[in-house]
Order: sequence, then structure tokens, then C-alpha cells
Amino acid sequence: MEDPNHLAFIVAAYGAACGVVAALIAWVVLDYRTQSAKLAQFESKGVVRGNAGRVAAIQEASRDP
Amino acid sequence: MAIVDLANPSRFLKIVNPAIPWLGGLTVVAFAIGITLAVLAPDDYQQGATVKIMFLHVPGAWLGMLAWGIMTIAALGTLVWRHPLADVTAKAAAPIGAAFTFMCLVTGSLWGRPMWGTYWVWDARLTSVLVLFLLYLGVIAVWRTVEEPSRAARAVAILTLVGAVDLPIIKFSVEWWNTLHQSASVFRMDGPTIDPSILVPLLVMTGAFTLLFITLLLAAMRNEILRRRVRTLRLMQASVAG
Repeated sequence: MEDPNHLAFIVAAYGAACGVVAALIAWVVLDYRTQSAKLAQFESKGVVRGNAGRVAAIQEASRDP
Repeated sequence: MAIVDLANPSRFLKIVNPAIPWLGGLTVVAFAIGITLAVLAPDDYQQGATVKIMFLHVPGAWLGMLAWGIMTIAALGTLVWRHPLADVTAKAAAPIGAAFTFMCLVTGSLWGRPMWGTYWVWDARLTSVLVLFLLYLGVIAVWRTVEEPSRAARAVAILTLVGAVDLPIIKFSVEWWNTLHQSASVFRMDGPTIDPSILVPLLVMTGAFTLLFITLLLAAMRNEILRRRVRTLRLMQASVAG
């Protein structure tokens, strides 16, 4: 017999919406961490944007065996 | 500061970085109020408790269309004005718009089953929203396929402008064709036809979802700017090593 309040459909809809919102938040947060870590990695090697960064990158490359 | 100053990605980040936590906090407060009002809202005299699905379905539909509207303006920014942040905005908005369109389709389907007796019908409103979702997937695929961001941006801009035709079709589908979907009940020339006891929670929930959308969009734009910086540094390092 079907529930007259259709509770299962309401719970499923709110569950789906929570899943979508959680996935979006996780995507944005994880992507931010990934990109920040990559930038920090370049920075630690002295590779930064602009002329100063170019000089530092050349120096870094010349040190590599 | 003029709005044109935001065209500089560094200046954009300077403004957005401190704004994101505040917007996030405001979103949480708005959702706390919205969900409380949604729980306390009375059942509809015809639809019973399933009317509470509307508090998710309508914001999903609104944001799915808003994101494509933003992408359309960004497409003009890319093709006409070559605004530095235009394609960053378009790329960041696409997955968010797709997610909210998906939420609209799923919640609508779950609302349709108890009210219409079916999860899906190929009527004009449902089909045009499905087309919007497929357009989002197409745009995301182009972004992922074309490696050079400026080339991808131009292709996406053209696809976005063509896809914008779907927005008025979605909006007016319930007037142009006979559909199972109800006609407009909030955004009408003669005012909303919904009782305030249900309209107020709906508007608060829509506001909360819109705040969430703005927060996610700004955060995703920040991520995209950082991704392009990483790409530039990688190319710089490769050219030096080469």
C-alpha cells in the first residue's frame, strides 16, 4: 500500500539535493587544495610568474643534472 | 573602484578571497532559516506534503537557467569584448549549472511520480530542461577536450550562444504547448498564485540556493585562475628546460 504522504519521495528528493550540494562543495574545496599545492610546489622551486620567475626558473634548470 | 577593475584576475582574487568565507557563512544562515520554514510550511490542499519538494525543484530550475544566462553574457564577453575573466566565468559556471539542472530533473521526477503517476513524460517543459542538461554536458566536454583555454573558450562561447535559445523555450513551453507540467505560479505579470504560507519558504530557499550558487561560482572562478597560473608556470618551466 502506498504511503498517502509520499514520505519516501520527499526523503529521496532531499537526499538527492544534499548529494548534489555536497558534491559541488567537495569539488570546489578539493580543486582549490590541488591547485594551491601545485602553485606552492612551483614556488618552492623558485618558478614564479613574471621576469623574476623566469630568471629563477633558468637558474633552477641549470642546476638540474 | 570601478567594476572594470575586476577584469584584472589578481585584483579579482584580492576581493574574492576574503569574501568567500563571509558568503559561505551567510549561505549557511539562509539555509538554516529556509529549511526551518520549509519544515514548518503547511501541506498543500491538493498535493499534500509533496509540495515540500518544490522548495528544491524550483531553485534547481532557476539556477540551472541562471547559470546558462551568466554563461551567455560571458560568451559575449569572450567573443566581443575579450574580457579576461569572461571565459573563466563561463568555465566555472558550467559544472555548477549542470549540477543544479540535474537536481531540478531528479526532484521533478520524484515529485511527478506521486502527483502525475509517472517519473517522466516527453512533454515540452521536461524535454527542454533535459536539453539544457545535455547542453551543459556538451560544454563541459569541450572544455575538457580542447587543451588551449582561449581556443576552448571561443568554441564554448559559440555553443553557449546557440544553446541560449533553449532558455525562452523552457520558460514559455508551458504556454506554447499543452504540457503535464503546471504553468508559471511565481514569476507572473499578475503576481504569484501561491499562498504566502508556501511562497515565503520557497523564496527564502531560493535565496539560500542563490547565495550558495554565488559562493560556489566565485570559488570555482578562483580555482580556474589558479589552474591557469599553474599551466603558465608549467609551460614556462618546460620552455626553460627545453
